[in-house]
Amino acid sequence: MDRQRVQEREAQCIQEQPPACNTGCPLHVDVRGMMAHLRLGEFSAAFGLFARSVPFPAIIGRICDHPCERGCKRSEAGMAITISALERAAVAYGYGAIGLPKRQKVTKKKRVAIIGAGLSGLTVAYDLALKGRDVVVFEAGERPLARLRAMAPAILPEAAIDADLAALHALGVDIRCRTPVGEAAGSMPDIAALLTEFDALYLGPGPVPFAVAFPGLDCAPDGRIAIVSATGATSHPRIFAGGGQRYGAVFSPISSVQDGRFAALSIDRVLQGASLTASRDNQGAYPTLLYTDTSAYSPLPAVIPTDPAAGLSRDEAIREASRCFPCQCLECVKRCEYLAHYGAYPKRYVREIYNNDSIVLGTHKSNRMVNSCSLCGVCTAVCPQHLDMAAVCLEARRSMVDKGKMPPSLHDFALRDMAFSTGPAFALARHQPGRDASAAVFFPGCQLSASSPDHVIRGYAYLRETIADGVGLILGCCGAPAQWAGRSDLYEQTHADLAAGWERLGRPMIITACANCQRMLQDRLPEAPVVSIWTVFEQYGLPAPRPALAASTFALHDPCTTHDAPDIQKSVRHLLTELGVPVVELNEPGLSPCCGFGGLMSFANPDIADKVVDRRIGENDADYLTYCAMCRDNFARRGKRSVHLLDLIFGTRDVDPAGRPDPGFSGRQENRARLKTRLLKEVWGEPVDATGLDVRLFLSPEVAALAERRLILRDEIRAVIASAEKTGEKIVDTATGHLFASRRLASVTYWVEYTADRGGFTVYSLYSHRMQLGMEPSP
Amino acid sequence: MTDDKPGTGPLLCGKCNLPLETGKVMVSYMGQSFPVELARCSACGLVFVPEDLAIGKMLKVEQALEDK
Ligand code: SF4
Ligand SMILES: [Zn+2]
Repeated sequence: MDRQRVQEREAQCIQEQPPACNTGCPLHVDVRGMMAHLRLGEFSAAFGLFARSVPFPAIIGRICDHPCERGCKRSEAGMAITISALERAAVAYGYGAIGLPKRQKVTKKKRVAIIGAGLSGLTVAYDLALKGRDVVVFEAGERPLARLRAMAPAILPEAAIDADLAALHALGVDIRCRTPVGEAAGSMPDIAALLTEFDALYLGPGPVPFAVAFPGLDCAPDGRIAIVSATGATSHPRIFAGGGQRYGAVFSPISSVQDGRFAALSIDRVLQGASLTASRDNQGAYPTLLYTDTSAYSPLPAVIPTDPAAGLSRDEAIREASRCFPCQCLECVKRCEYLAHYGAYPKRYVREIYNNDSIVLGTHKSNRMVNSCSLCGVCTAVCPQHLDMAAVCLEARRSMVDKGKMPPSLHDFALRDMAFSTGPAFALARHQPGRDASAAVFFPGCQLSASSPDHVIRGYAYLRETIADGVGLILGCCGAPAQWAGRSDLYEQTHADLAAGWERLGRPMIITACANCQRMLQDRLPEAPVVSIWTVFEQYGLPAPRPALAASTFALHDPCTTHDAPDIQKSVRHLLTELGVPVVELNEPGLSPCCGFGGLMSFANPDIADKVVDRRIGENDADYLTYCAMCRDNFARRGKRSVHLLDLIFGTRDVDPAGRPDPGFSGRQENRARLKTRLLKEVWGEPVDATGLDVRLFLSPEVAALAERRLILRDEIRAVIASAEKTGEKIVDTATGHLFASRRLASVTYWVEYTADRGGFTVYSLYSHRMQLGMEPSP
Repeated sequence: MTDDKPGTGPLLCGKCNLPLETGKVMVSYMGQSFPVELARCSACGLVFVPEDLAIGKMLKVEQALEDK
């Protein structure tokens, strides 16, 4: 796997992006984290988070102009969370319970002078004191924070100011009041003197023009100092400025604090000789990339304090904080049982899969996870960034195969089933009988043939009647299992064989009955014209006579393999209208989940596959209608009444088509083999030796289900018993009289517990292992 | 001998009609081999793998080896 691509994909997932409240705050207060504490009544923990980002929590908790609230997504469902009121509550009920930040120890003493004890200047003092710098603040007035003291005590009580100033003193900041600097002090040399005594200067004189002419310090036309907003830099390399000087009469407390914070960072960098501008991209407020769908939340109004002067009570604060969703994306995870199963989200998964791929020695912990994705593509469709998890998983699978690290047991069964379909028992490519050219060729695919061989016979007859100039037939498999298993070699080979058959028939138009076949053919045989049988029905008309249909409404399930084939989905809907079959849509087109078969999910992880099917079939009480044989059979397997569209078009021999059980793996292979035999006999008039099933088996429904779960075919059971009966190599359980026999077929040893009776064999249990047994301990 | 599988009586080799005896059998997978105690016929060497072993411990070891 390509490292750079991995990093790009990791970055695509925005689940870990901070929420809008956080990025809308110039100081990036972890509002979401605070809400999580507050809803639990953890006021001191909430206060701790607040004080981690905010230098004067008692003050800011009262007077912040809260730009965070403008971004709050709760406003889409009710009103924005009253974050500022909750910060006040966090301070009111949590202050003091947590130790405030401590001064860092540094070896090199550096001294910084700050002119003006306003919010910006004191923020510089606070931040630099924390970094261990020696800070002296020069204030012309009587007391620091004079502008705040002028505010009404109901808004900002003196006690809040005193508390925060006490904390600043505790950090060792030296504030010298009644100490004017610059012109007020009557002379320019003050600044020059400070520059010799101190390593850097911060000017925070408030909103009035800074009337000190000093060489090297440029002013804007309005008489205020010219300041670079992102850094607080002035034209003098050791002088920084900000706060009211930058904003004028508009007082935004949080902006002043922000200026102080930017300047403190700049000053610290100057003191260390580091770059002023490097990696400051996300400082201050910026729009977040996090996506949060709020449509599922019902509107909730804000909790208003019963006593506005006192602010939110504890209980009110808890209720108000509980309105936080909290914001997160997880659009894909919400819709996908597979992504949900592993407890994280694609950003983490991409990394995990990449790490798994990179392991040279050691356990590949994520092998199964990589192979459990159904590759349905719903995550990509719903992801705001269109991250393609299917591609991630598929690339990882191919890489595992290339490195010889793909666990053989995961796909062995599915690939052997595919080999059956591409082998002599099923595969075939012929012209219509009596013709030596084909205008079109029917490719029903291996799964419709396995599920409803009758439909293949009827479909082929319909096409021969409808389309002049000959319709050939190709039986086989489109190679999907090989592609899903990461076996590019096998996939290519399958298509090379298909292409050869298609060439031999004179390159006719291919008519498919399975959207997945269509996709695979378009992928590997782009020069072939491919249409779906649904489009053919739409064009040439539905066959007559039509079966009588009960007027019940079906819930329509589009196979996940039609996500990129809206034309097929459209044709199907036209046909349903023509048939007069009422349907309800289960979801928007293109967002159908997989039936559990896709990507060979059900082989790598049957539990997740079952969860996927069960969730899908629980979405609607109506019988399901679909047009993929595998989807229908998987729904049936999990107990959902379901029909295939062809059941409605051709009718079936079943009294209750929606109740038809899943044929199971053995039944699927037998159906394919019988279909071929029948076609050869009925269409081409070629008698075929009935390959006698010489061993009769009796399996109770429980044992048959066990065989399905353990992926053991009836043919394999027969093979075990046949050889045991021939060689006598069997073990007798003297307590029950049951016999145990085993046989190794391909890379699996199959065991069958059975007795001979009723002219056949009763099977009690069956199991397998891949380990090979050897008698002698090898050296 | 008695097998440890509950509900299963003494096992006989169907070919030699001799009771199976516990012995060391080498098993191998993914290029790794190790000895396992299994019931087997002392005459013809026929080995019995009980179900709980095959779907339990043996499967776990197989999966661990596959993930190496
Ligand atoms: S949809 Fe999924 S992959 Fe996309 S950003 Fe959201 S969490 Fe990440
Ligand atoms: Zn023996």
